[in-house]
Amino acid sequence: MTELTALTLTDAVEGLRTKRFSAEEITRAHLEAMEGARTLNAFTVETPDRALEMARASDARIARGEGGPLEGAPLGVKDLFSTEGVETTAGSRILQGFKPPYESTVTANLWRDGAVMLGKLNMDEFAMGSSNETSAWGPVANPWRSRGSNASLTPGGSSGGSASAVAADLCLGATASDTGGSIRQPAAFTGTVGIKPTYGRCSRWGMVAFASSLDQAGPITRSVSDAALMLRSMSGHDPKDSTSLPVETPDFTQFVGRDVRGLRVGVPREYRVDGMPAEIEQLWEQGVAWLRDAGCEIVEVSLPHTRYALPAYYIVAPAEASSNLARYDGMRFGYRAGGGTLTEVYENTRAEGFGDEVKRRILIGTYVLSAGFYDAYYLRALKVRRRIADDFDRAWETCDALLTPSTPTAAFALGDKDADPVTMYLNDVFTVPANLAGLPGISVPAGLDANGLPLGLQLVGRALDEGTLFSLAGALEQAAAFRAKPERWWS
Amino acid sequence: MTDTLIQGRTGPWEIVLGLEVHAQVASRAKLFSGAAVGFGAGPNAQVSTVDAGFPGMLPVLNRFCVEQAVKTGLGLNAQIHRTSRFDRKNYFYPDLPQGYQISQLYHPIVGEGALEVERDDGSTFTVGIERLHLEQDAGKSIHDMDPHSTYVDLNRSGTALMEIVSRPDMRSAEDAAAYVRTLRTLLRALGTCDGDMEKGNLRADVNVSVRRPGEGLGTRCEIKNVNSFRFIMQAIEYEARRQVEILEDGGKITQETRLFDPGRGETRSMRSKEEAHDYRYFPDPDLLPLVLEEAWIEEIRASLPELPAARRRRFAEQYGLTAYDAGVLTAEDERAAYFERAAGGRNAKLVANWTVNDLLGRLSAEDRGIAESPIPPETLGELVGLIEEGTISSKIAKTVFEKLWAGEGSAREVVEREGLVQVSDTGALEAAVDKLIAANPDKAEAVKSKPQAIGWFVGQVMKETGGKANPAVVNALLRARLGID
Amino acid sequence: MAVDAETVRRVARLARIAEPEARLDPLAREISGILGWIEQLNEVDVEGVEPMATAVHATQPLREDVVADGGDPARVLGNAPRSDDGFFVVPKVVE
Ligand SMILES: [Mg+2]
Ligand SMILES: [Zn+2]
Repeated sequence: MTELTALTLTDAVEGLRTKRFSAEEITRAHLEAMEGARTLNAFTVETPDRALEMARASDARIARGEGGPLEGAPLGVKDLFSTEGVETTAGSRILQGFKPPYESTVTANLWRDGAVMLGKLNMDEFAMGSSNETSAWGPVANPWRSRGSNASLTPGGSSGGSASAVAADLCLGATASDTGGSIRQPAAFTGTVGIKPTYGRCSRWGMVAFASSLDQAGPITRSVSDAALMLRSMSGHDPKDSTSLPVETPDFTQFVGRDVRGLRVGVPREYRVDGMPAEIEQLWEQGVAWLRDAGCEIVEVSLPHTRYALPAYYIVAPAEASSNLARYDGMRFGYRAGGGTLTEVYENTRAEGFGDEVKRRILIGTYVLSAGFYDAYYLRALKVRRRIADDFDRAWETCDALLTPSTPTAAFALGDKDADPVTMYLNDVFTVPANLAGLPGISVPAGLDANGLPLGLQLVGRALDEGTLFSLAGALEQAAAFRAKPERWWS
Repeated sequence: MTDTLIQGRTGPWEIVLGLEVHAQVASRAKLFSGAAVGFGAGPNAQVSTVDAGFPGMLPVLNRFCVEQAVKTGLGLNAQIHRTSRFDRKNYFYPDLPQGYQISQLYHPIVGEGALEVERDDGSTFTVGIERLHLEQDAGKSIHDMDPHSTYVDLNRSGTALMEIVSRPDMRSAEDAAAYVRTLRTLLRALGTCDGDMEKGNLRADVNVSVRRPGEGLGTRCEIKNVNSFRFIMQAIEYEARRQVEILEDGGKITQETRLFDPGRGETRSMRSKEEAHDYRYFPDPDLLPLVLEEAWIEEIRASLPELPAARRRRFAEQYGLTAYDAGVLTAEDERAAYFERAAGGRNAKLVANWTVNDLLGRLSAEDRGIAESPIPPETLGELVGLIEEGTISSKIAKTVFEKLWAGEGSAREVVEREGLVQVSDTGALEAAVDKLIAANPDKAEAVKSKPQAIGWFVGQVMKETGGKANPAVVNALLRARLGID
Repeated sequence: MAVDAETVRRVARLARIAEPEARLDPLAREISGILGWIEQLNEVDVEGVEPMATAVHATQPLREDVVADGGDPARVLGNAPRSDDGFFVVPKVVE
């Protein structure tokens, strides 16, 4: 039998349904792979007992002919999602030992549909980072390495554990979250597919908040069909989240493989940023050619406020984060430091419990909301955000989706961008605008760079039009025929 | 408006008062979570993971609380904002689990309105309402359970509050108390807040400043969380005098938050909260704009009960009551309902007298409300009916009232059983009168030249008949027999 | 806008994060750098633009007034660093 861990989610679910193998078998295969891949540091918690218990329950349901759409499929869960009774830290020391007495809506939806939980995946602390280096539990290694080099590369962030585990065949798919690019950038860096759906498509209930108006859950998988399959289960209106959209979830899988002839694909002029590597530029042109060949109409569009997306994001996100993270105060859960007075306990708890990047963003967020600066920074950022959203609305008059590179570079070495926070922030230059506007975006692996590292292309669509994205992503996937796999240096 | 000036060493000072009243919404569940609202449960027994600010927990707004805010806004004749928003007020405190309070700073649900306030003497004045907004309550910190630690109970955390902010329209402690009393009556009539001040379900932040009459507003101090009428008045009086003393000594008032200490009758600075406040308000990204459909607002408007001020006017007109009696009888829904049931078809003024003076007097002496009256309204009405028809005298009625209070039956039953029917039968009374005159010839003689002394004879007959004689009939008989006209 | 050490101290205090004296200057430089980069937002004409706080084009949904949660103190106290007798126990608050 082909290696069970190398299957796509779609094929695995089919194999399980037709009883070619059992949920327990495929789960054991993944648990073994996880054990052998601990040097990647992708998982923060492994839950083998729970996984086997869920797998056996899946087998029992399959035997009764009752399986759900993900029945028996072993998945990983980004540690941002609360899992009942299983430590959930969001990559932070301040939540060390925290066991939520509840299950996030997104993961509950997956378990409802029969999926099996393998464990919790490492991530940048509170999802703040683009390299997974801000995790309190150490950075995750990208399974990919530059040709002829042993240097550890970043899998991207903040969903670095998710991307790394999916790329290294440690799970069939993984939940992830995207506030400014945290699904799409790591997917691009690891040769995987990652979709951030429309804001409000997936419930945020039980997902540890970073920036509430931007955070959105989505899957990282090994194929476009897998992403559609997994996102369908994760999505759905949730009355427990006021920002959850009261809409039906389409069967996204039906859109993959659909004819894309006649779809108008926009190429935004302003994404041709200075200093963009030639390889990225070429890949983008290749993507345009693929879609043109598939019958799409290519149109040039303008999103004039694109360059202001990142600075606006770096006000809005830290502002919301500074408030969202106030609850980590050592009083009711998580880490509590010592101190002579209440104030000292607060200050020491948060100084010792949070890492540098989180503290930096809390300070910036606190500053931009403070008296005298609110209008100049925060309010202005919200207005610029509106301008950015308006740009997209105008673009939709002439096109149905946008094609852009996912990232300005391929995966870089761990430790490479430590010196200047802004350099690190620039990683998200192509992904952030969709978050500000609440639009869906998907990254599809499209090729390798000169060093043999994966590169991704991004498609951005209209709100609630993930269907078109899946059709176009399917066309790109087919044309790119990306089959490369990282060498298994870790096991 | 009657201005109560403070006489200082250097001249008179005027007190300027504005109030922020926090009224707990009478809902079953909390403003943003499904945990119960209540009093007296065990610690943390009414707390959800939303109220405790757990990671990933999100707020969803309670429809009933929104409806109560609208209802209260309509009761205050205020502008109802079709669109309002929720903001976060950020600060750290152990009983504030999220690290912020969800409130409405920039776009409150209710805007400007006005409340007509009635003083004890029946005179009225108007207080402007600046706004009413919805917000969450905090939990409770208990400082005396352990010398080294504070104990936190989050039962109250997340409970819905309506913060009702007045204009600085009051000029005396009495008027401030009258405002809170009138507001409380309105809230209770609307059913939007139970007004229980002892349980902290209604509490006031009082903004106090003083100025020379005719001058601009002075610097104010805010006295937090005062929870009784008496304390409101004490706090204001103390604080106003404190400010006058500082100003007269050439000092300046520092704007600050102060606490009223009921034990000492003083206000003092809340030193721990003195550090520069910067609440960093911003729109709560977990919540969307609250948009009210016009139809819903109209539905709520149509459901409003008769409000105390309108009822007070109606009582005065329809029943011919004094302003005072109308005020007392409309201060509570139950009182008004009681009165209207007792007054049906009777002399309403007389019923009002008996209700206000006898029944309410007696109830308040025993610290009971009218709902706990041992005399049902129909029975009190029956008693008044017996007086009206001349069956008993007002004096006898007092005796009957006592027996009714003791639960000895209906008014008519008591009167009949006890033989308290007023004697108007001339034959029976003639005999008594004749007997009395015969026994007191000298007094009978004296009364002819000094007619007002007839009172003694009337008294004697009443005594003789156990108070049952109809005094008017006795009087007429005596006059005839003694030859006075 | 340049941020100085004193501002960092004030903001850190507001955010309840202990920052050692030696970190204030480096932090001030870092934050100034980031804010300097952010200041390009001043180039955008935002005259008359409605601020966008959310990407959702919907209004606040409402929940019925039904008790459906709470009633389980152990559930909320289970992760507490310290609790006693049903209460969260925290460092003494000095009023
Ligand atoms: Mg106040
Ligand atoms: Zn308030």
